[in-house]
Amino acid sequence: MVEIKVLGTGCKKCNELYETALKAVEQSGVDASVQKVEDIDAILAHGVMMTPGLMVGDEVKSTGRVPEVRQIVSWIMTEVGRS
Amino acid sequence: MTIPADSDVAVARHADDPVTVAPSSACCSSASVEPSSVLPESGDGGLASSRSSRLRRYVPALAVGLVAWFLIYRELLPFAEWLAFDVLGLTAGTALGEAVAFFAYDGPKVLMLLILVVFFVGIINTFFTPERTRALLAGRREAGGNVMAAGLGIVTPFCSCSAVPLFIGFLTAGVPLGVTLSFLIAAPMVNEVALVLLFGLFGWQVAALYLVTGLSIAILAGWVIGRLHLEGWVESWVYDMRAAEVGEQGLSWAQRLEEGARSVKDIVGRVWPFVLAGIAIGAFIHGYVPEDYLASVMGQGAWWSVPLAVILGVPLYTNAAGIIPIVEALLAKGAALGTALAFMMAVIALSLPEFVILRKVLRPRMIATVVGIVATGILLVGYLFNALGIGSLVT
Repeated sequence: MVEIKVLGTGCKKCNELYETALKAVEQSGVDASVQKVEDIDAILAHGVMMTPGLMVGDEVKSTGRVPEVRQIVSWIMTEVGRS
Repeated sequence: MTIPADSDVAVARHADDPVTVAPSSACCSSASVEPSSVLPESGDGGLASSRSSRLRRYVPALAVGLVAWFLIYRELLPFAEWLAFDVLGLTAGTALGEAVAFFAYDGPKVLMLLILVVFFVGIINTFFTPERTRALLAGRREAGGNVMAAGLGIVTPFCSCSAVPLFIGFLTAGVPLGVTLSFLIAAPMVNEVALVLLFGLFGWQVAALYLVTGLSIAILAGWVIGRLHLEGWVESWVYDMRAAEVGEQGLSWAQRLEEGARSVKDIVGRVWPFVLAGIAIGAFIHGYVPEDYLASVMGQGAWWSVPLAVILGVPLYTNAAGIIPIVEALLAKGAALGTALAFMMAVIALSLPEFVILRKVLRPRMIATVVGIVATGILLVGYLFNALGIGSLVT
C-alpha cells in the first residue's frame, strides 16, 4: 500500500492538497492511504518549510503548492513501481 | 515576498473535518486546483509532453492578454472622465465630480496593475523556493548575510502561516539568527505589490525610496539583533529540532505560468475589495477634504506626526494594495512623504498576526526587541524624508 501524507498546519491550501491527493488516489486505482499531518514538529522533521507539503512514500514531493492531480498520480505510480 | 494579508492564524482542526475554520491567509488561501481530465499515465514522459503542449497554448494567450492589457490601460483616463463628467453629468472641479473621477480612474488602474504584477511575481516566486534561499544563506557571515537575506526576502514566496517552520528550518540549517530575522523582516516589509503600486501611482523615485529604506531597515535590524547575541531569547526547543533536506522540485515553464495565474486568482481574488475600499476612502479625501488640510497634522512641521503614524499603523493590518490609495490621498492633501511612508511601512511590516504566530518560537522579550528596532527604523525613515523635504518629488 502506498502511504501519502499531506503536511500542513491547517491552512486552506493544505485542505485543497488533501482533496487533490484523494482525487489522485481514486484516479490511480491504487491501494493507497492519504493522511493529514498537522503537528508542527512532525512537519519540520520532514524538512518542510512551506506548507502544504506532500509526501508519497518516504519522499517529500512538493512544498508550498498544490500540484496537479495527474502529477500526483504519476508520483503514486512511480512509488508502486518501486515497491 | 508574497503579499501578507489578513489574519493567518490557523485553527487546529480534527483531521477529518473538511471545513476550513481559520481565517484564510495570504499564501495559504484558495488556490484553485486544476481539474484534471487526463487519465492516469504511468511514466513521466506523458506528463512532460502534455506540459509542452500546454505551454504552446499558453504563450499565444499570454501575448494576446498583454496586448489587450496595454490597450485598455491607455484608455483608462479618458474613460474615467467620460464616465464621471459626460455619462453621470458631474462637473469637473466639484467635490463629487472629482471624487467620482478619482475612483473611476484609480480603481481600474490599480486593479489592472495588480493583476499584471501579481502574475509576474507569481512566476518569479517559483524560482526562489525557501529551500534554495536557505541553502544560499546557510553558514553566511553576518553583514553580508543580512544584505543577502533581505534581498532574498523580497523574491522568496512567504506567508506568515509558514513563518514558524521557515524560522526553525533556517536556524537549524545554520543560518545565523540575525540573518534569519533580516529575511523575516524584509519579507513582509518590502512587498513587491506595494513596490509596483508605488511605482504606478507616484513614479519611480518614491518606489526606489521605499525599496532602499525598507531593505536598509531589514538589514540593520537583523544585524543589530545579531550583534546583541539574543539567541537565548529564542525558545530553547527550536535548537533541538532536526531539519531534513528536501530535494529540488523542478518545475516546467507551463507550470510556472500556471502558478502565476493561480496567484492572480488567489491574491487579486482576495484583495480586490480592500483595494476598492482603499480607493473609495482615497476618493472621498480627494474630493471633500480641503487642499492642505492635512498639512498642519501630517505635514513636515508637525514633529509628532511620524511617531503617531507608526503607533496608529501597528494595530492596523491591511494588505499593501489596500493601504496605498489612502497614502496617495494623504499625500495629495499635504501630508509629508516621510509621515505617509512611515504609516504605510508600520501597517504592512509590523503585523500583529505574524507576531502572534512567531510567539511560538520567540520569547516575548525577543518579539518586543524586534518590534522596537523595526519601529525605530521606520521612525528614522519618516524623519529623514521629512527633513530632506522629498515630498516635493510627488506632485
